[in-house]
Amino acid sequence: MTTLLEARNIGKRFGGLDALTNVTLGIERGEIYGLIGPNGAGKTTFFNVLTGFYPADGGAFLFDGAPLKVTAAHAVAAAGIARTFQNIRLFGNMTALENVMVGRHVRTHAGVLGAVLRTRRARAEERAIHTHAHRLLEYVGIASRQHELAHNLPYGDQRRLEIARALATEPKLLALDEPAAGMNATETATLKLLLERIRGDGTTILLIEHDVKLVMGLCDRVAVLDYGKKIAEGAPAAVQRDPVVIDAYLGGALA
Amino acid sequence: MIGERITRLRRHPAALWIGVALVAVTLLVLPFALAAIGTTWVRIMNLAILFALLSLGLNIVVGYAGLLDLGYIAFYGVGAYTYALLASPQFGIHLPFWAILPIGALVACLFGVLLGAPTLKLRGDYLAIVTLGFGEIVRIFFNNLSQPINITNGPQGISLIDPFRIGGFSFNQSGSVAGLEFSGPIKYYYLLLLVLLAVVVINLRLQDSRIGRAWQAIREDEVAAGAMGINTTHVKLLAFAMGASFGGIAGGIFSAIQGFISPESFGLVESIMVLSMVVLGGMGNIWGVILGALLLSFVPEILRHTVEPLQRMLFGKLIIEPEVIRMLLFGLALMLMMLFRPAGLWPSKVRKRELAE
Repeated sequence: MTTLLEARNIGKRFGGLDALTNVTLGIERGEIYGLIGPNGAGKTTFFNVLTGFYPADGGAFLFDGAPLKVTAAHAVAAAGIARTFQNIRLFGNMTALENVMVGRHVRTHAGVLGAVLRTRRARAEERAIHTHAHRLLEYVGIASRQHELAHNLPYGDQRRLEIARALATEPKLLALDEPAAGMNATETATLKLLLERIRGDGTTILLIEHDVKLVMGLCDRVAVLDYGKKIAEGAPAAVQRDPVVIDAYLGGALA
Repeated sequence: MIGERITRLRRHPAALWIGVALVAVTLLVLPFALAAIGTTWVRIMNLAILFALLSLGLNIVVGYAGLLDLGYIAFYGVGAYTYALLASPQFGIHLPFWAILPIGALVACLFGVLLGAPTLKLRGDYLAIVTLGFGEIVRIFFNNLSQPINITNGPQGISLIDPFRIGGFSFNQSGSVAGLEFSGPIKYYYLLLLVLLAVVVINLRLQDSRIGRAWQAIREDEVAAGAMGINTTHVKLLAFAMGASFGGIAGGIFSAIQGFISPESFGLVESIMVLSMVVLGGMGNIWGVILGALLLSFVPEILRHTVEPLQRMLFGKLIIEPEVIRMLLFGLALMLMMLFRPAGLWPSKVRKRELAE
């Protein structure tokens, strides 16, 4: 296996608060990598720095063998990292299908002229966008709701739609911010199957998750953040037994 | 809405074609019917179409991309002055209109980018304030650019602007074809109708395209749009530039039709007027926007022509000025709209959903 994403000494501070301190980690191609830690440990901050939402104060990312220029969110998406959001951020008043079609934006090219003149190329591309989007809805299992507005979908389907929209950008790395938050046991179980299938189809997954059972059952490796520092990394079972982790994350009561 | 109706009609091609033919015939005959009442009404119709063009341009910025622009009339002004300066005795330049209109669109487009670039990070109220300021700055420039070098001729404006001309065919003179008398305004009417048709087609096609979806996405959630790989900077600037170019073209035609322009025509009230047309008709829906433009252009004129004679007939004297009644009706219409049709008279599907939340 080769490394897909390497984060070197990533630092981020907000005023006097060190949200991330020298976080170094490497994600292998084809694995599901979990990022866990107590609330406020800096997991989402790491996501936001990685995906260009705010600039890092130090460190660098190496993605797919080249330095990742984290200048703007759209550039990161173009490089091949797609993300979902902790609090779902769909285009609420667009249909499920349209949401996924927007995800195709970064891999398609039609501009104003193509659209206005309806060139053969633009029309072919538009058809391809439509087909691709539809296929992705089938893939995540919500094709029957393609014409419903995103904000009318049930919660679990909204999560799936967000994943489908992210997959539409053809990411090499899919970064999911608490995809199981608010899901019941059945929904979590189907989500787990979906994520395994996505990985099986060749997309590497970076996962922030609070559901310990899901993380332990799904991830190949996990890193634990606490107060912006990586305190452990390794196979889930090993990390689970690590006294530092038990102390910081699972709480003293379990020790 | 109209989309669904059209799909339904597609299943009955005959009905669709009859509908299209009816509309086309009405539009073709309309200027002669109006001319029968008075040539003024043809001119009013022409201005109404110009405002429809403006509203469609603004609709791209406000309706599609969701960027509130209160200084839109500035682009109309830039287009109008570009035409006036390149086809009048002001500098003694007399370029043909088909050369100037694209230049006007380009210059307006540049101004659009000029406004768009520094305001990219602003949203909502803040963007509205900056655009409002921009509109005023442009107007004040027109007013004051008579010194030290006289460019715009200041508040006196520029007169004797060339009409549209192709060879010996001039748009401001009457001429008869096959026994039918075509007056200047009627000729312009047909030209405007063609331009309007083109702009409608462009708008419709943009709406259902990759670019249109990107505009809608940034209107819905700019952060998510960015994360999905949409270059929000680029796409917003594109909206500003496209909207501005339509304004520039409308401005050029306005210049030629009027033969005279002055900074007065490009004030804040006009900006608000165009925005009202977009909002009244239904933001984001092309047909609604055109309806709004026609209503807000015609109703005041109808009032102007009926209120005074009506009062003189009823009371023997003028009690309330037409202007006052116009404002009263405006206020009333505004309140009724807020209560009963907050998304506009003929809203777009999407906007209706948004406001229904």
